[in-house]
Amino acid sequence: MRRVLPPVIVGVLALVAWELTVSLGRIAPFILPAPSAIGHELVAQRDNILSAAAASGLNALIGLLWGAAAGILAAMAASRFRLLADVSLPVAAVLNALPIIALAPILNNMFESTSNLPRRLVAGIIVFFPVFVNTLRGLREVDPTHRELMTSYAAKGWTFTRLVRLPGALPFVFTGLRQASSLAVIAAVVAEYFGGLQNGLGSRITSAAAFTAYPRAWAFVVGACLLGLIFYLTTLLLERLAMPWKARLLS
Amino acid sequence: MTAVSVSGVTQVFNRGRPDEVTALSDVDLTVAAGEFVSLIGPSGCGKSTLLRLIADLLAPTTGTVEVSGKPARQARLEQAYGIAFQQAGLFEWRTVQRNVELPLELRGQSKAERRERAAEMLELVGLADFAGHYPAQLSGGMQQRVAIARALAVHPPLLLMDEPFGALDEMTRERLQTELLAICAQTGTSTVFVTHSIPEAVFLSDRVVVMSPRPGRITGTVGIDLPARDEAVRQSPDFFSHVTLVRKTLRGTP
Repeated sequence: MRRVLPPVIVGVLALVAWELTVSLGRIAPFILPAPSAIGHELVAQRDNILSAAAASGLNALIGLLWGAAAGILAAMAASRFRLLADVSLPVAAVLNALPIIALAPILNNMFESTSNLPRRLVAGIIVFFPVFVNTLRGLREVDPTHRELMTSYAAKGWTFTRLVRLPGALPFVFTGLRQASSLAVIAAVVAEYFGGLQNGLGSRITSAAAFTAYPRAWAFVVGACLLGLIFYLTTLLLERLAMPWKARLLS
Repeated sequence: MTAVSVSGVTQVFNRGRPDEVTALSDVDLTVAAGEFVSLIGPSGCGKSTLLRLIADLLAPTTGTVEVSGKPARQARLEQAYGIAFQQAGLFEWRTVQRNVELPLELRGQSKAERRERAAEMLELVGLADFAGHYPAQLSGGMQQRVAIARALAVHPPLLLMDEPFGALDEMTRERLQTELLAICAQTGTSTVFVTHSIPEAVFLSDRVVVMSPRPGRITGTVGIDLPARDEAVRQSPDFFSHVTLVRKTLRGTP
């Protein structure tokens, strides 16, 4: 309760301040709609928001899954061969510096306009980097005592990876996944800004804004925020389930 | 039957480079079956290096190392020894029981066999009630006991220990020393034990091997002949005279 209450109070106060600023300060609603107006739209559009969130959410989820799988596999390969790690880290850094979201319009043109594929590609590419970098760091950090022990057991290669490297890297993998989970949603939503299918949160935000229906646009933004939160919290829950030895310490 | 036979071993690190170090120079050591031998000496005397050579975690630059009459490498591949370090080195993602089971798992033993043996080992170190706990839930002394149980799980004829009690407080340390002796007597295991502590070496050992640094070598051996190994003996004049003898040998002034 103590941990939940303060942020909730601050959040409510911020909303009240926002409401008062808009109504008392007579800020034009097309510049900044009041939270009450956004809340009204949120209720009125709840079915639309839900279906749009489902469409964007599926893209984000597929992107997250393949990006994470690719990131983990690439990290495993790179940790196995030093040369590969030396080559791939700078390449990954360049890849990350690239505004990947800027690839969305190009990818859109590569595929049919009714395809979800470009969005899933963008989300996956964005997910790849944090998962790859964190997992690689985790795989490389092996306790020297563990290393000597496994040598004394004559265990090496895949046995060593399976028993020591992978479980030891799990906390790092989840650090990467936590960052990636929110990024996947952002990528999936923003990729919709560049045309293509009109079924997701991003396309609803652009079309509402184009019709100057700002409270509605904001309502979809809130939807996107909630979707990101769901992804993040699910990842946290998975982290707890995957590492019971840490969960038991907390409880 | 000799448990360990080290002959003419020299260990040079970074050979041919400016930072070349001779860690061990012309070392001979024999440990008889069932014997408890401590290696003692200041930092840099190569005692840990010697232990790692016996464990085949390092290969000697020159000389030969044999464990139970076999080359060290073959002995390692056959898991002919158990090893414990200063850090317990437990796998924090495994429960206590699964930590003890690990060496058995790597030997391909069945689940039922592993469970039975792990229970037996945890009973031996007095941690039967903690089988389902994770290492982080245990105190340092308990973790070290789990590490010993793990080292003994395959019933190895030889136990290698590198300052296993070095990070523990004095009380826990003395209790574990007594327990270790009881376990070794019960299982008939030969032991090579690396330590910094003179009283620890005297209390545990049949023989204390004294080493000195630059280059690391064996400078003397003190046979320990105590009537019993219990708490009373720690206060006996006999014990203190042995401590003094080891200390003098360490200083090189007999």
